[in-house]
Amino acid sequence: MLKFPIYLDHNATTPCDPRVVETMVPYFTSNFGNAASRNHPFGWEAEGAVDNAREQVARLINADPKEIIFTSGATEGDNLALKGVFEMYASKGNHIITCNIEHKAVLDTCKHLEKLGADITYLKVKDNGLIDMAELEAALKPSTILIAIMYANNEIGTVMPMKEISALAKKKGILVFSDATQAVGKIPVDVNKDGIDIMAFSAHKMYGPKGVGALYVRRKNPRVKVTAQIDGGGHERGMRSGTLNVPGIVGFGKACEICMNEMETETKRVSKLRDKLETELLKLEEAYLNGDKEHRLPHVSNISFKYVEGEGLMMGFNKEIAVSSGSACTSASLEPSYVLKALGLGDDLAHSSLRFGLGRFTTEEQIDYTIKQVSDTVLKLREMSPLWEMYKEGIDMNSIEWAHH
Amino acid sequence: MAYSEKVLNHYTNPQNVGTLDKNKPSVGTGLVGAPECGDVMRLQIDVDQATGLIKDAKFKTFGCGSAIASSSLATEWLKGKSIDEAMKIDNMEIVEELHLPPVKIHCSVLAEDAIKAAINDYRKKNGLPELKVEESVIH
Repeated sequence: MLKFPIYLDHNATTPCDPRVVETMVPYFTSNFGNAASRNHPFGWEAEGAVDNAREQVARLINADPKEIIFTSGATEGDNLALKGVFEMYASKGNHIITCNIEHKAVLDTCKHLEKLGADITYLKVKDNGLIDMAELEAALKPSTILIAIMYANNEIGTVMPMKEISALAKKKGILVFSDATQAVGKIPVDVNKDGIDIMAFSAHKMYGPKGVGALYVRRKNPRVKVTAQIDGGGHERGMRSGTLNVPGIVGFGKACEICMNEMETETKRVSKLRDKLETELLKLEEAYLNGDKEHRLPHVSNISFKYVEGEGLMMGFNKEIAVSSGSACTSASLEPSYVLKALGLGDDLAHSSLRFGLGRFTTEEQIDYTIKQVSDTVLKLREMSPLWEMYKEGIDMNSIEWAHH
Repeated sequence: MAYSEKVLNHYTNPQNVGTLDKNKPSVGTGLVGAPECGDVMRLQIDVDQATGLIKDAKFKTFGCGSAIASSSLATEWLKGKSIDEAMKIDNMEIVEELHLPPVKIHCSVLAEDAIKAAINDYRKKNGLPELKVEESVIH
């Protein structure tokens, strides 16, 4: 039996796995101790639970537990990494290279750092959503201290060439930071093989709770340090003060453990469903896939349905199916997705996009229903679209002098 | 953001979707908005030359649900009105009728522009001076 609404927005957040919740529960009530209370069993128990979770998290990314700094989530991790490196390595230089499809948590932090004297290069991505290695190399300066490139993009799911990026950085003695929020738990991420020095990720994107995440900070080859952005009791090796969110951290650890054990089978199952959805929807006329088809997360598909507006399209089924759109009809700026625009998509195609994010609990029945609903709505709205009519009549839309407002 | 019942009704059962023959002298066509902005409305009126009343109105819209609903509502209101009455339709009436939230007011503005553009197209075809409209509209 199909239950509504169907959730296909797993890049926004994921439900907590029931096994995660079960693990967390005792840490709200009986085992409520402060992990920093060193002198009684309540504290010891909490500390033990945090240590265990730290190992589970570290194992998933092949790090040492000591290299894990617990945070409130990836936004905090991004801030701590960028601001922390900028301050810590100020004597070495002030140049940071990032790219124009990073998450706002990275882009806005970079903008903030620019005001404080940072020199930031925003690399443009190619039309497949990947950075051009030659451009990255050309952007390097003697003052470059950090390359900050996301592991996988949140809107189109493209996976950046982290190994190539880090190989280049290593040669020049530059640190590599990656916002890996969308990648960790979904595809194998190995900080050593990938050569990443600092990495932010979050529990709620991998079936863990909201409000907890981690920043990986390398301790060997090289030993990396970031200046704290939250001062206080000196928790987390002095890099992030604040009483640890023990239940959240325990849940995060469990979520990592499950991802580690089940990633391979889950990826196979989910990517098969994603491919079915994508293949069927791309059979529609004038439907286009956004982002590189190959270097991509297994559970995401971003498709533009030309001549239909994304928000209008979602309205056709958003009581039954939850997806998201690159259209920004609701935002005050009326600007469509900057990520899609960065791929060179015209505003019209960006306005026409939907992002489908499948997950652990997505079923084939749900995908079949989604294919039907989305296809039907696209066809219905095209019947109502003056642009579709013009397209069908062979009118060149660039020849029309549109009234921009 | 939740949509009002009225927007949902127009979206689900849009009124007067279609195309009138734009070459007929009695038909006025207004095409406003731009694909890059995520909204394009085409609104057409067919005027009864004898009575001066709008006997038919059709629309096609590329846009969000509120844009579709605004144009659907506009065509309903236009039918049976004289050109002068149609000219007086104010976007805020559409906002009130559909309970559009502030971020969707531009959809109603577009519908008003489309009405005026259609009327002016009709007037031009029939040798009447175009009426002054604040926004520049293109056919």
